[in-house]
Amino acid sequence: MSQDDKLVMMANQIGRFFAAQGEARAVPAIADHLRKFWTPRMRAAIIAHAAAGGAGLDALPLSAVRTLAAAAAPV
Amino acid sequence: MTLIAETDYGTPAVAADEQVTLTIDGVAVTVPAGTSIMRAATQMGTQIPKLCATDSLASFGSCRLCLVEIDGRPGTPASCTTPVAPGMAVRTQTARLAQLRRGVMELYISDHPLDCLTCAANGDCELQDMAGAVGLRDVRYGYDGANHLAATKDASNPYFSFDPAKCIVCSRCVRACEEVQGTFALTIDGRGFASKVAAGMAEPFLESECVSCGACVQACPTATLIEKSVIEQGQPEHSVVTTCAYCGVGCTFKAEMRGEEVVRMVPWKDGKANHGHSCVKGRFAWGYATHRERILTPMLREKTTDPWRQATWEEAIARVAGEFRRIQAQYGRDAVGGISSSRCTNEETYLVQKLVRAGFGNNNVDTCARVCHSPTGYGLNATFGTSAGTQDFDSVEHTDVMMIVGANPTDAHPVFASRMKRRLRAGAKLIVVDPRRIDLVRTPHVAAAHHLPLQPGTNVAVLNAMAHVIVTEGLVDEAFVRDRCDPAAFSEWAAFVAEPRNGPAAAEALSGVPAQAIIDAARLYATGGNAAIYYGLGVTEHSQGTTTVMAIANLAMATGNIGRPGVGVNPLRGQNNVQGSCDMGSFPHELTGYRHIGIDAVRESFEAAWGRTLDPEPGLRIPNMLDEATAGRFKGLYVQGEDILQSDPDTHHVAAGLAAMECVVVQDLFLNETANYAHVFLPGSTFLERDGTFTNAERRIQRIRRVMRPRAGMADWEVTVAIAQAMGLEMNYRDASEIMDEIAALTPSFAGVSYAKLDEIGSVQWPCNAAAPDGTPVMHMERFVRGSGQFMLTEYQPTDERSTRKFPLLLTTGRILSQYNVGAQTRRTANVLWHEEDRLEIHPADAEQRGVRSGDWVRLSSRAGETSLRALVTDRVAPGVVYTTFHHPMTQANVITTDFSDWATNCPEYKVTAVQVAPSNGPTEWQTRYEEHAQQSRRILAGAAD
Repeated sequence: MSQDDKLVMMANQIGRFFAAQGEARAVPAIADHLRKFWTPRMRAAIIAHAAAGGAGLDALPLSAVRTLAAAAAPV
Repeated sequence: MTLIAETDYGTPAVAADEQVTLTIDGVAVTVPAGTSIMRAATQMGTQIPKLCATDSLASFGSCRLCLVEIDGRPGTPASCTTPVAPGMAVRTQTARLAQLRRGVMELYISDHPLDCLTCAANGDCELQDMAGAVGLRDVRYGYDGANHLAATKDASNPYFSFDPAKCIVCSRCVRACEEVQGTFALTIDGRGFASKVAAGMAEPFLESECVSCGACVQACPTATLIEKSVIEQGQPEHSVVTTCAYCGVGCTFKAEMRGEEVVRMVPWKDGKANHGHSCVKGRFAWGYATHRERILTPMLREKTTDPWRQATWEEAIARVAGEFRRIQAQYGRDAVGGISSSRCTNEETYLVQKLVRAGFGNNNVDTCARVCHSPTGYGLNATFGTSAGTQDFDSVEHTDVMMIVGANPTDAHPVFASRMKRRLRAGAKLIVVDPRRIDLVRTPHVAAAHHLPLQPGTNVAVLNAMAHVIVTEGLVDEAFVRDRCDPAAFSEWAAFVAEPRNGPAAAEALSGVPAQAIIDAARLYATGGNAAIYYGLGVTEHSQGTTTVMAIANLAMATGNIGRPGVGVNPLRGQNNVQGSCDMGSFPHELTGYRHIGIDAVRESFEAAWGRTLDPEPGLRIPNMLDEATAGRFKGLYVQGEDILQSDPDTHHVAAGLAAMECVVVQDLFLNETANYAHVFLPGSTFLERDGTFTNAERRIQRIRRVMRPRAGMADWEVTVAIAQAMGLEMNYRDASEIMDEIAALTPSFAGVSYAKLDEIGSVQWPCNAAAPDGTPVMHMERFVRGSGQFMLTEYQPTDERSTRKFPLLLTTGRILSQYNVGAQTRRTANVLWHEEDRLEIHPADAEQRGVRSGDWVRLSSRAGETSLRALVTDRVAPGVVYTTFHHPMTQANVITTDFSDWATNCPEYKVTAVQVAPSNGPTEWQTRYEEHAQQSRRILAGAAD
């Protein structure tokens, strides 16, 4: 399994846990989890993957990753 | 230093509100009602002669030595079985009593070898002491009558011998086996003069059900049951109280010594975790400390294909520092990291994370709790607000219903299992949730009310279904939920679990557990009185490990089973210091006391103390380190006291990661499997060779005390200090206590902890601070640490690991009583007699289908790899499930396990791997190659260090 595939799998697993809380709460919760527990390099990799179309990423983690990307983008 | 002699009060203490005053030999004494005269006398300083009585056992009244006279009462009652009464006047020494006691002793001695001078118990024999105490001068009966002096000695057990010729049939051993250990392996065989102690069905001890806990040896008043080490070495001359370095129970022992030589480890009666009990590992399996395979000199090599070359400490430390600096200069600051160990002390794990954060300048530090209880940290923090079990072990005395989920206490936490069994024998009810029929499901005088043998991977479905029953049948403790928990979260959760898809019928379809069994178990848990949940790695080591921990916490909150003795949520920690290593900031995202590295105020307090700026971003977890290594970005690793090649999942991936690094530093007692890929080996020290503290599963911080010099010259914490100093990080500690002082200064939950306090009160359970100066036995009494208890939605998600046509069985892994973790210690003791190799448990139906019989070699394969081992056909496992242990490196059970892991923490999914089993002729080619590689990797050039 490639690094990107592994990160996608992990993000989807996280997404499936928070999905029960509904999208409005799940998306920031997933983003918060990635921010607290993933290294900057892992976050950068998943952000880049999402930017490239996010193949394999479920909807909620994809939204969460885009939230991260927006927060990381220069103002 | 002297030999610690504990007072034996003869009978157990009695807890009673009513106090009774009596006089003994004219002295007034006040004791709790129900106390024996013997205990009351001992308490006031008078020793009544005794042989069959000891305070770890209920009174028995058989030896007739402890007779007393009581004013106004006829005869001479036994003081051990006679309770005190108000105004009672007792005489312990009269002419009549002296005559009676001498008569009793004459009978004993007439059938006892008179070899005191050459007896191993000389100087530590209660029979000898009592002969002196009663003034025995003559044996009128002579020694020529019928006797047992020619009885055959049983030396089958590797650790103790049984010499029936010296037995006085006091039954202390039999009672200890029953009352203390709960195994019922011993009995009195025969009647009258022919009565004798027998193991099992009069078998040799080694072949009987005896679990070698040592309780019988400890209880024996003579040399009948005695440690072989005492026979070989003689009586100890001093003792030091210390803490066992095996499982998370944290038993306290007296290390009984001759100089720097351990004679025996005797469980300490005042130990608050074990109360004087032990298991075969802590009591006897300490011989690895002096095993010939200990590496006592640092070693280096340029490439892992080279043989090892011995080096001085200075050269080795300089190599580590130089290589790590070179790697960081070449590949970047984040290219190195460290792994601390739950086998090491709080002080050592604290220093490893300090070295990484302040010395390496990143947060790439992780600990072996990653692969066991990391979901406990996340799950309990989310629901209760802190990452720890809620109770002390003594809490179980107040428990009416025990629910054990994914744990096997009689094998993995045997001393606490004995406490559980005692409580169960006293009437508490038991629910077991486990794919395997663990011993506690049915063991002498204990039978589970409900065993839910679920399919591996379906914990959440079953626990949600229990919650469904509790909510839909109105069994919620509404008052507790209203007063203590977040109301909105509860309402949402209650609606969620009440949905039919979370009900027992749905859970039956997923888990294979009959719906009615789930319903019955839920009703019992919710309505049976004080209900406590104890859980182990069968909960955490799943892709939904964290979700399961939350589901457990939800159940406890919904039923009000939290915040008082007898209830709670209790993770049973596998290794001795899992709790402590987590507390000490070993995870990459948090500092000590579970505070995130990104919290400015917390990080700044450490920066101020350490004089370095810290990275506010989380670092790499162990699996991430290995991924980064195979990607070529992670090049240097310092591993203290862990063997990730054997213990971590997907051995091929771990090996590839290690092989991709340029400097792997292993600090351990032995050349472990990880050391096959190491460039620097730093000799470790055993728990006997250093000072420090361990924190057990009940948050109890206990001292370990050095009883001998470090055999390699440096204690583990001193090695980390040396590396730090060589890398320019200031670390100056005169002794381990100063490390704890620094921890206390930086960690609110440890603020009141010091070696002085531990020496004074023995142990303390965190939080220990101004609000709780003597610690906190039970947490969340008034409020949860996070304020209101937080119910979490725990949607069941099937694991991605599914049985298929190619891999139709599910493998789950576990431990066995005699072995510990990767077996590095216990395999180097006589404990291998009980477990020479890992075996694959397979159900008879699955075995028959494959033509497999017990003892046959079978090939176990998964999508990750394959290995061969021998089969054990048993219905302990359900059809479709196979089980093995991971104690032996040549089996390498983890070559089978996959890289699937818990969603929140990446704790590996050890407990669910789809496999196939087929007959085999012996070890696989991979195993053969692995063995050859291991042998090649362990070559050491002749010649001493410069």
